[in-house]
Amino acid sequence: MTKAPATPGAPVAPAGSVTPGVPVAPTGSVTPGVPVAPAGRRVVQAGPFSGTVSPRAVAVGAAGLVAALAIAVFSIGHGSFTIAPGDVVQVLFGGGTPAQKLIVLDLRLPRILVALLVGAALAVSGALTQTFARNPLASPDVLGVTHGASLGAVAVIVLGYSSSAVPFAALAGALVTAVLVYVLAWRRGIDGFRLVLVGIGVGEILTAGISWFLVRAEIVDATRATIWLNGSVAGAEWAQVRPLSLALVVLLPLAAATAFTLQAMQFDDDVAQALGIRLQLARLAVVLTAVALAAAAVAAAGPIEFVAFVVPQIALRLCGGSRPPLVVSAILGALLVVAADLAARTVLPDRELPVGLVTAIVGAPYLLWLLVRVNRRVSA
Amino acid sequence: MTAANDEHLPAQPTEHLPAQPAEHLPAQPAAHLPAQPAVRSATVQASPEPAISAPAPALALGRAGAAESREPRLRARGLRLGYGEDIVVDGLDLDIPDGAITAVVGPNGCGKSTLLRALGRLLRPRDGEVLLDGQRIDKMPTREVARIIGMLPQSPVAPDGLTVADLVMRGRHPHQNWFRQWSPTDQSIVTEALEWTDMRELAERPVDALSGGQRQRAWISMALAQGTEVLLLDEPTTYLDLSHQIDVLDLVDRLHRERDRTIVMVLHDLNLAARYAHHVVAMKDGRIVAQGTAESVFTVELLADVFGLAALVVPDPATGTPLVVPLPRSS
Repeated sequence: MTKAPATPGAPVAPAGSVTPGVPVAPTGSVTPGVPVAPAGRRVVQAGPFSGTVSPRAVAVGAAGLVAALAIAVFSIGHGSFTIAPGDVVQVLFGGGTPAQKLIVLDLRLPRILVALLVGAALAVSGALTQTFARNPLASPDVLGVTHGASLGAVAVIVLGYSSSAVPFAALAGALVTAVLVYVLAWRRGIDGFRLVLVGIGVGEILTAGISWFLVRAEIVDATRATIWLNGSVAGAEWAQVRPLSLALVVLLPLAAATAFTLQAMQFDDDVAQALGIRLQLARLAVVLTAVALAAAAVAAAGPIEFVAFVVPQIALRLCGGSRPPLVVSAILGALLVVAADLAARTVLPDRELPVGLVTAIVGAPYLLWLLVRVNRRVSA
Repeated sequence: MTAANDEHLPAQPTEHLPAQPAEHLPAQPAAHLPAQPAVRSATVQASPEPAISAPAPALALGRAGAAESREPRLRARGLRLGYGEDIVVDGLDLDIPDGAITAVVGPNGCGKSTLLRALGRLLRPRDGEVLLDGQRIDKMPTREVARIIGMLPQSPVAPDGLTVADLVMRGRHPHQNWFRQWSPTDQSIVTEALEWTDMRELAERPVDALSGGQRQRAWISMALAQGTEVLLLDEPTTYLDLSHQIDVLDLVDRLHRERDRTIVMVLHDLNLAARYAHHVVAMKDGRIVAQGTAESVFTVELLADVFGLAALVVPDPATGTPLVVPLPRSS
């Protein structure tokens, strides 16, 4: 430790002689050194914005974006009527034959777009939830969103309403459940841990409700419901793309706006408040954004498993740092779902798997591998 | 019991006080050295200690001139604090002397930490008010308060994987906004805070990989980067061995001396409180029992009353501040 220069014999000036309020210049004992650059980060300035970015995160994000777009193009071209990637790009930029245009723009593009958007929405929702709950196991699932949406969708299917009502029922179920969980968890404010516990409890009740509907359903309806419950982007149309993209246009900037506050919210409540965070307001904003993102995604494609839970953790481990990066999470979420959808369509020759099954099969082992690898590196 | 123990007190000469504080010890303000024998013997008892019967006027001794002309920045009036159904503190008034180190002492559960949280607007009073520069602290924008008052809870939790440099940078949060998340000023203040706490070499280490003493220095570094004039520390020496306790308290002392910070800390160790604090506040059952200089507060009677502790109070051979020596329960 740097010793304060204590001159023997010289009386220390009583503090009263120092004008309170005037900042005292650092004494000679402090050696002004080279400024510490933010750990592994670069300072960026763009217009009124100044902040730091990690080159590693930029690299991961760029690679993920390229991969997601490449797979999307390939996936659009793949099918019973194969179109070369070059032709797909041409069609996307306005060229191509009428037949190619029909297949790409009307039949396959909506499905791919839904996959990309749903992946991004779920991953950002998960990143927000995990950060504010300070728990890597948290995801919108534990806020009751998924279960609420599922109960709504299954109820509509089993009770014999038209398929077009399913997304609305899912959306309504998700939002009603999220509000219920939030209200039940409220006790002079919201505590992250309590919110997660209440969410799990409510989720269990809703799961029982889903099972009850499935048990008393006609076999055809039960099959439809089960497919929906596994999450699928098959048969997605422009009618699903439009509301979903609209939701993301509003919600992703909101998520980015909370990112600055999220940094300070990672500490325990007292530290966060001491740093000047209005904790309840900030929490409400983050929870609302996360719930809305998850609800929009689930309404469009059903509960695609593991994306919200696993992608933020993968992004965190690839980029380093102390919390899941939002932008990289969004990109990797889109990548995972679009890749999983491609796999779901191609792995089995005779039938298509639900995409949620593939995300679970791909995502979970990858997270395990990352955990093992990172742990080894730390202990080595 | 107290009286009986007092009989055994040897009369201590005062001449053995060292003329100069040992060099490794924090230099004490001159007024801090006791002018009278620090031992409260039976004869001294005859003249009742004013500090015990009623709260002494804040900072009557020791730091004359420090804040004579103006009101202290941080004050509490008629505070009533509690959690749920329990009222922990009731009807408490307190002035925090500016530019001085104040130590709050008292037995477990007396409301010390609760009081500190209220002073740092982390706990909303049931009644009464905390005033910062004459304004109610709970009516002020919390970010504005965060630029004036910093607070370190007892066992602050940092997220996994956060490096020391990142931690200290987060201290700049109240000075930043979404558009200006980093500036050269932030950078130089963070660097200075790291150097000042001797954490520069450990800047890239994850906080969770540090030893207890290093971790506490990292958090103090963050509080320093926050650049607040008032700093509230809840038991900053918890879980530290004695040498690291001294490290941390020396750091606090330097904050006061070199930066003129106002510091309020909850401390368990009475002897360290006596050594480092200019103003001691003794609490019991949610009330302030005595306050003033360590010499005026740490008396045999008060220790018996507040802590139920039979003890001798002798001058600390190193600094001359009161040294509390507990007597065996059986004697």
